[in-house]
Amino acid sequence: MSDQTNTDSHDDDVPETEGLPLDAWHRARGGRMVEFAGYWMPVQYEGIIAEHHWTRSHAGLFDVSHMGQLEVSGEGVEAALEAVLPIDLATLKPGRQRYSLLLDEDGGVLDDLMLANAADHYYMVVNGATKWDDIAHLREHLPDAITLTLLDEAALLALQGPEAAQALERLGLVPVNEAGPTVGEMTFMDSGQFLWGDVALQVSRSGYTGEDGYEISVPADHAVALADALCAQPEVKPIGLGARDSLRLEAGLPLYGHDLSPETGPVEAGLAFAINKRRRATVETGGGGFPGAEQVLGQLAGGAPRKRVGLLLEGRMAAREGAIVMLGDQQVGMVTSGGFSPSLERPIAMAYIASKVADVPTLTIDVRGKRLAATVVPLPFVPHRYHRKGAIG
Amino acid sequence: MSRHYTQEHEWIEVEGDTAPITATVGITDYAQGQLGDITFVELPAPGASLTKGGSASVVDSVKAASDVYSPVGGTVSENNPALEDRPELVNSDAEGEGWLWRMTLADTSELAGLMDEAAYRAFVESL
Repeated sequence: MSDQTNTDSHDDDVPETEGLPLDAWHRARGGRMVEFAGYWMPVQYEGIIAEHHWTRSHAGLFDVSHMGQLEVSGEGVEAALEAVLPIDLATLKPGRQRYSLLLDEDGGVLDDLMLANAADHYYMVVNGATKWDDIAHLREHLPDAITLTLLDEAALLALQGPEAAQALERLGLVPVNEAGPTVGEMTFMDSGQFLWGDVALQVSRSGYTGEDGYEISVPADHAVALADALCAQPEVKPIGLGARDSLRLEAGLPLYGHDLSPETGPVEAGLAFAINKRRRATVETGGGGFPGAEQVLGQLAGGAPRKRVGLLLEGRMAAREGAIVMLGDQQVGMVTSGGFSPSLERPIAMAYIASKVADVPTLTIDVRGKRLAATVVPLPFVPHRYHRKGAIG
Repeated sequence: MSRHYTQEHEWIEVEGDTAPITATVGITDYAQGQLGDITFVELPAPGASLTKGGSASVVDSVKAASDVYSPVGGTVSENNPALEDRPELVNSDAEGEGWLWRMTLADTSELAGLMDEAAYRAFVESL
């Protein structure tokens, strides 16, 4: 028996796998540790499917401390950030967070990230596997007056699920900004500073599962205490990376390095919403001005030759990254993420397919010589249940 | 009857000692634990010819697809029909009800070199 996953060989210059602040905590709780993005991370505790269902019905605690947490500040920081991101910071108020993209000169995606306006600075969360490249890229493109600080003494926990709010409220976090919302009052994509006792936390109402929930930045030396306090709540169990992947796949959320790369652009990836309205205008009318703007604006106007879609597979055999999507005998695309959906109890996949076949109801996927029938469906596979402003409940 | 194990975490239970020698094959309990929740098993069809060490079956878990190698060469006589609807049997009873296929051995000398249970347990302990 052996895993079919491709393993890249890194014969030279292998950096040592590092432990994160909660390493011993995961091991003590039975987490099975695997190497991921240069760190030891728990892939599962009791089992991926059970953890997946627990998160969809209660609340799951995820350690995502491998991700890069950055602070950006300095005179002219808005203009500096707008030169590297297709974002409109005039419309990102203090206490709010937004999804954005780091693009290269050809409009390819270098990383996807969250950027929060923290009043006297911006707080950015980038992917773990790309954080060192991101820092190098940002440092190269940001003026010297802009300070870029990696918060390498902070852990990052995500509390996700329909019962996340009631569990977190019980911890009694106090907003640093007296006029700011409590954690229960926050809506999707709010972000603010809180005190948990005398411990300063940066909390956003967001996540990567499609559920309501929070992402909580905590000083590393308080991470164990916070994880313990959260898991002491009856709604909360620790959840591994395996369920994080199946949850985000069902939620239709792309994973960098798989569904996004320098070879994919925001329009074909279905991430055109990350190109904020002001940045979409022509250069003559104040738009553009971000890396790859020419290509990105061209595709916004004229469409992209391929697009990221959801595929619902017949049968139980899963199609995984790299599987070829066919229309008859013609190759029309490739799967970038795929696996078994515990919620739908059937295999699902995300793929890039030629735009001209996106309306074809049934395609096939080539898996180990078999042709699996697949239906093109809108994303997400499982509806998002974010706590949006103005929504009922 | 004797049960043998491979370093790739398959088990093979050999039945009888007069030709044709038949056997049942599956993955070990340790293997299913490593794979996690199993969602689909692709089984070799009856009549399929297998070679020792060749890929014979694929076990899909939520995480990944994994090849299962035939411990010996031979011909598939039957595969486990229960796994079509209940692939999770491989999780709950990998070395019993979760068997994968039965086969007729081509050459019993290929059993030499496989581990017995004690040797396999020691091998797993060493991992």
